[in-house]
Amino acid sequence: MSYVRPQFRHPNLLKNEVGYTSKEYEGSLSTLCAGCGHDSIGAAIMQACFEMSIEPHRVAKMSGIGCSSKTPAYFLGKSHGFNSVHGRMPSVSTGAYLANRDLVYIGVSGDGDTASIGMGQFVHAVRRNLNMVYIVMNNGCYGLTKGQDSATADVGSKSKAGSVNQFEPIDLAGLVLELGGTFVGQSFSGDRSQLLPLIKAAIAHKGFAFLNVISPCVTFNNNVGSTKSYDYVREHVAATATVDFVPMMKTISADYAEGADAKVTMHDGSVIALKKLAKDWDPNNRLSAITALHNARTDGKVLTGLLYANETSNELHDILNTTPTPLNSLGQDVLCPGNEKLAEINNALR
Amino acid sequence: MEPTNTADPEYYHKVVDCQYACPAHTPVPEYIRLIAAQKYTEAYIVNWESNVFPGVLGRTCDRPCEPACRRVRVETEPVAICRLKRVAADMKEMDAVADYIPQGPFPQNGKKIALIGGGPASLTVARDLAPLGYELHLYDEQPAGGGMMLTQIPSFRLPITVLQEEVGYILNMGIHTQFNHYVDSLKEMLEKDYDAVFVGTGAPRGRNLEVPGRDEATKNIHIGIDWLQSVAFEHVTKIGRKVIVLGGGNTAMDCCRTSRRMGGDEVKVVVRSPFDEMKASPWEKEDAQHEDIPIIDNHVPKSFELKDGKLIGMIFEKVSPVYDDNGKRKLVPTGEPDVFFEADDVLIAIGQENSFPWIERGIGIEFDKWEMPSVDKVTYQSSIPKVFFGGDSAFGPTNIITAVAQGHQAAVSIDLFCKGEPLANRLHPATNLISTKMGIHEWSYDSVVTIDERFKVPHADKKITLKDRKVEVELGYEAAMAFKEAERCLNCDVQTVFETSRCIECDACMDVCPTQCITFTINADEDELRMKLIVPAMNRTQDLLVSDLLPTGRVMVKDEDVCVHCGLCAERCPTAAWDMQLFSYYTANAGSQNVHA
Repeated sequence: MSYVRPQFRHPNLLKNEVGYTSKEYEGSLSTLCAGCGHDSIGAAIMQACFEMSIEPHRVAKMSGIGCSSKTPAYFLGKSHGFNSVHGRMPSVSTGAYLANRDLVYIGVSGDGDTASIGMGQFVHAVRRNLNMVYIVMNNGCYGLTKGQDSATADVGSKSKAGSVNQFEPIDLAGLVLELGGTFVGQSFSGDRSQLLPLIKAAIAHKGFAFLNVISPCVTFNNNVGSTKSYDYVREHVAATATVDFVPMMKTISADYAEGADAKVTMHDGSVIALKKLAKDWDPNNRLSAITALHNARTDGKVLTGLLYANETSNELHDILNTTPTPLNSLGQDVLCPGNEKLAEINNALR
Repeated sequence: MEPTNTADPEYYHKVVDCQYACPAHTPVPEYIRLIAAQKYTEAYIVNWESNVFPGVLGRTCDRPCEPACRRVRVETEPVAICRLKRVAADMKEMDAVADYIPQGPFPQNGKKIALIGGGPASLTVARDLAPLGYELHLYDEQPAGGGMMLTQIPSFRLPITVLQEEVGYILNMGIHTQFNHYVDSLKEMLEKDYDAVFVGTGAPRGRNLEVPGRDEATKNIHIGIDWLQSVAFEHVTKIGRKVIVLGGGNTAMDCCRTSRRMGGDEVKVVVRSPFDEMKASPWEKEDAQHEDIPIIDNHVPKSFELKDGKLIGMIFEKVSPVYDDNGKRKLVPTGEPDVFFEADDVLIAIGQENSFPWIERGIGIEFDKWEMPSVDKVTYQSSIPKVFFGGDSAFGPTNIITAVAQGHQAAVSIDLFCKGEPLANRLHPATNLISTKMGIHEWSYDSVVTIDERFKVPHADKKITLKDRKVEVELGYEAAMAFKEAERCLNCDVQTVFETSRCIECDACMDVCPTQCITFTINADEDELRMKLIVPAMNRTQDLLVSDLLPTGRVMVKDEDVCVHCGLCAERCPTAAWDMQLFSYYTANAGSQNVHA
């Protein structure tokens, strides 16, 4: 058995603004299949948190069940984590977020966990605009149970065993747009240069940030005829725009200003600079995003990049007008004001 | 950058830092794995074929391999390569060694070669040529073979039995020895019917120090290497109580430590240069200090002081080093008062020189302005075609392992010369690459990287060693510790071999690499590419492995600098685009069956 990660790291590793190297953002060594797209997404999450100088203990990793939901074990080993019941991650996240709004919530789910068993939970997290990043590692199959077609498999996509899917796929990005999602992006695990800024923007977004990331299953869905294989996705990718995430502390350089023909300013002051590739598309316009998505589908393309961002929305705590302080920081006298206060409330309702 | 040409044998060779740094290119990781597997005899033979004196070198080598060790670049201390070599020599089975070593008598080819000097260079030539059928006549002024290994290295560092054994392996191949025979004329040698003559006479003259009082006090002033030789042959058995050793090289260290064993209670080393810039190996300085010998640096000798015609000490001027813009050092007097140190005896160990009083001028050997013979740097041939040089006598004093490496090359030349072939007809190194993949998570080498720090070699108690100069100080590793030290080796000869056509660009290798060596990026020229990597590749002495163009228009770039050869890139590669392949590299010696260059 030789599958042990050495303790040594590059002696010249960079440190981020909080003084950590990338080592502090690692998890344990992945036990997923070699070449799994999920590992690449996990690495991008690590890199995003490192580069944004988010302290690991300020992150909560939320997941359900499936290959995708195993991945939080493989990144951010020093962060909080909750591996919930299959499909119930959105509900658990809702509870966690209501209790402690100060953490950065990164939900990781799969196409099965989100589009099948967890669909009922998922849609409500979207419409409630929970302030979290929700990443679907979408491989179009149930890798953990040997590759049966999932609800996101395209019509006509061929499985490794040779069967052809005949059911309509659920377009998760389209669904989130319909449900009023406030940040929607789509990407590919094999395109780090696009995925990384999208994850950073999703973390910076206030509200529900949804990323549907196509992540090839190297073992069961990377065959010829599959529409979720490395080769197929690379050949059929069409991006809305190139994406650059400019953190709030950095002034936008002339380069960005010149190159970018659209930009989204996040609530914290950071900016997503975009160089548009899609026609008649505006990242601030939900309808144009839905149209672009449909057009791409008609052309047999996978539309990636930022689809839509609304930086003026109210997230869950704003809507509920809840306390700005995490519950664990409130004293018992505030959390439980006593019988007298209860009687007062009751009296007011009589 | 152009895709790396890994078919060039030197590319992967350079990745094996230790082997590349070794003048004889001994396959270090290979024998360290054999030691870990307790195959000591095999480990010994791997060494013996390459460096001829594993037992001697395992105790005395200058170890250019160790500063080169990759381990230095990821932690602090290199693998104790030298002392592991000694383990192989200590623990081998004597009987089994004979099965591997060529045993004479060998069918003769009718050619006769004279070897002048019986040190490591000559002995290496003898070992390489004897099995090919050459009749070898070895001349040395000493009563036994070994050269400076016999006369200059004290017994507490190198027991005579170890030297005798390894010299014996060679002399027993049927070498005709002419000991106690000082060759005083090359002309006469050339008049004999030798087909070639090899000169391996070393750098036999210790440099003198001409300061006031030198001649008057000469009875108590000794030249270091001559004195060590007198001690080795027991012509000298004691020294004064107070001793000053002048010089900062390994000979100085040997002199001071020998003095401590010959009656010197107050021995000190006084050296001109700053401590950190002394020529002596750090471990030799440490050993001297451990034996209560202070090393006083930045002191320049001014005079020998006498009282009643007898040496009483020396006066030194205090200096401090000043460096100019080119980093060139100058020792500038500090202006402090001169210092007097008492001494009953002084040993001068300030360097060695070549000396060829026995080579007649005008017989065809060309000498340069430093009185050094003109010798070809590749073939070791002199200006007389049938005379070859090697070891310290060729290019000045270096060390044993360099002498061995030069001996090998001179033997190749002599063999070609005697066969009437051009000396440029040298053979390529023999190289090979074999996959080490055994199964899932299984490689045929121990890929797990240990974080153990270097294990210290146990020393004998100095209460005992200082009483008897023949008691060896270092005890060597015992088997369990040797195993743990061997496990520190990173197996740099197990190469990360990348096959562009198989790569699907999933980035898994880039993400899993613990030392951030791998980057997929757009190609650029070397300067730009080095800066574009995940961690910029600032160590220019280490190469970049650059792939062919990948389908997305990127290239894979691997910085070889701090790769720990853990195999995780290959473990995480779904298509076996990465493979861990064992690279072997054997320098062609005389008689090798390698392919022609």
